[in-house]
Amino acid sequence: MAAVQVERLRRVFTVPERDPGLGAAIRSLVRRRFRQVPAVDGISFEIAAGEVVGFLGPNGAGKTTTLKLLSGLLHPTGGTLTVLGHAPHRREPAYLRRIALVMGNRNQLQWDIPAADSFELNRAIYRLPGPEFRRTREELVELLDLAELIRKPVRNLSLGERMRVELAASLLHRPEVLFLDEPTLGLDLSMQRRLREFVAAYNRRYGATVLLTSHYMADVEALCERVIIIHHGRIRFDGRLAALAARFSPHKEIRVALGDPSIDLSRYGEVTGRDGDQVSLRVPKERTPEVTARLLAEHTVLDLTVEDPPIEDVIEQAFTDPVPG
Amino acid sequence: MIRGLGALYAKNISMNVRAQLQYRYDSLVRTLAFLVEPVVYLTVWTTIADQRGGEVGGLATGTIAAYFIVWMAVRVMNVVFTPYGFEWRIQRGDFNAYLLRPAHPIHYDLSFFAGYNLLQLLTWLPVAAVLVLAFRPTLDLRPLEVAVFVVALWGAYLVRSMFLWALGMVNFWTTRASALFELYVVCELLFSGRLVPMDLMPQALQSVAGWLPFYWTFGFPIDTLVVGRSNPELATGLAMQVLWTAVGAGLVALVWRRAVRRYTAVGN
Repeated sequence: MAAVQVERLRRVFTVPERDPGLGAAIRSLVRRRFRQVPAVDGISFEIAAGEVVGFLGPNGAGKTTTLKLLSGLLHPTGGTLTVLGHAPHRREPAYLRRIALVMGNRNQLQWDIPAADSFELNRAIYRLPGPEFRRTREELVELLDLAELIRKPVRNLSLGERMRVELAASLLHRPEVLFLDEPTLGLDLSMQRRLREFVAAYNRRYGATVLLTSHYMADVEALCERVIIIHHGRIRFDGRLAALAARFSPHKEIRVALGDPSIDLSRYGEVTGRDGDQVSLRVPKERTPEVTARLLAEHTVLDLTVEDPPIEDVIEQAFTDPVPG
Repeated sequence: MIRGLGALYAKNISMNVRAQLQYRYDSLVRTLAFLVEPVVYLTVWTTIADQRGGEVGGLATGTIAAYFIVWMAVRVMNVVFTPYGFEWRIQRGDFNAYLLRPAHPIHYDLSFFAGYNLLQLLTWLPVAAVLVLAFRPTLDLRPLEVAVFVVALWGAYLVRSMFLWALGMVNFWTTRASALFELYVVCELLFSGRLVPMDLMPQALQSVAGWLPFYWTFGFPIDTLVVGRSNPELATGLAMQVLWTAVGAGLVALVWRRAVRRYTAVGN
């Protein structure tokens, strides 16, 4: 049975709007204008237990709204969704004990006291037995390297340190489903890598299902075999990350280093860059074998690689592609 | 379930006592700021009483002094989560964290302010001692009255918490409900005994106050100690607090079901 099942899910927000200026403000006193904004517009997908899925899309695409629907913060306008057999919007305690939603700038820790005290409060909230709580806490402290941090008042922690502690606080009850919304937002590169490693380790250790949104492709590439791309509230792609380039990129990148670097290669394809002796060529996917063969036949080739374009470019293409996936 | 909630309350109360201990001077200044309102009332009414031959509206100068010194303890216990907090919490998206926890958010607020008020109550004791020396209150205490007063303090806390929580939920519809809180405070000043003892209010106002929750959050606990109520009156007062707590809790439950459906989870 799938851990997450979503069927034609919709969420429409009613948004007030008015023109700028004093006149419009006065007019709005007597006549209010509202607009219906479909943030999530009939999406369907399933996620198997233990799967790690990347949920991608530009700002305002509907990613966070979907996570809020799945975690029970929002009521759906239409469609159905179940997570671990529960209807999230009912917010049953039995459901909330099995999930966690971690947002990049969420603050569930008491500001003035050490995080260890907030951990104790979470123990009471989730009714965790003492030995289980202590074991999980020790594991999280070790995995996230928190030993020094949890004894300091939260206000004295840096953003990266606070994020790690927040994450640990969200996982003390060992959620079976983890919704991560931009978990590495604002962190430096080393901290991002550390958090990614942690999420992967948590998934392996507990078999947790993870749905992750991130603008950092490194997060997605490191953690997710499958991605769902959403744009304007609709799913444009749902499949393996590896298949994304095949679907949305009509080009391949050929990087070639020739014995004579002065040769003009523009007749083989679009020259997109030069790095020393190495030239990058963008060629239509169907012409790649032919162009590669011609380069090898017609020049002294020192090195040649054929790659998909960077994942960022492919995803951008997926956002702008007029044909829904 | 009760046991689980008990653990949550115990932990959150203790956490907030610890949090306040981090800010000793803030707690002290807050208590001193709280002093201003009752000291003004105390000064004005004892002066009036002195000018009228030692009493006003049947209350002697010493009784008025006692009223406003006890008033302070009740005021300290009357600090609850207000619609201002609700407005702030919703606008910043802080409510998300509360909704994701497997217990009704009101429990965090009830336990949070219980811990907060407990410590504030301790800081009231030395202040009250100074005021006793300065204003010479008249108090004729019975152990039963003291016991009922302690229970009534918590009853007042619960009644005020429930009604202000229910009022705060209006923020789910308007996002700016703090004006309603101002209205609530005006009603409270008139009908609760916060501004003046209810015995000094016109009879009509006293009759209306009997049908509203405000008196049970302020005047009743004070009158328990200061005015000297009969045992049946004390029992009736506590019963009224239970009744208004139940009414408030019912209101919270009713509005909550509709409110969360409208929640838009803005912010983080």
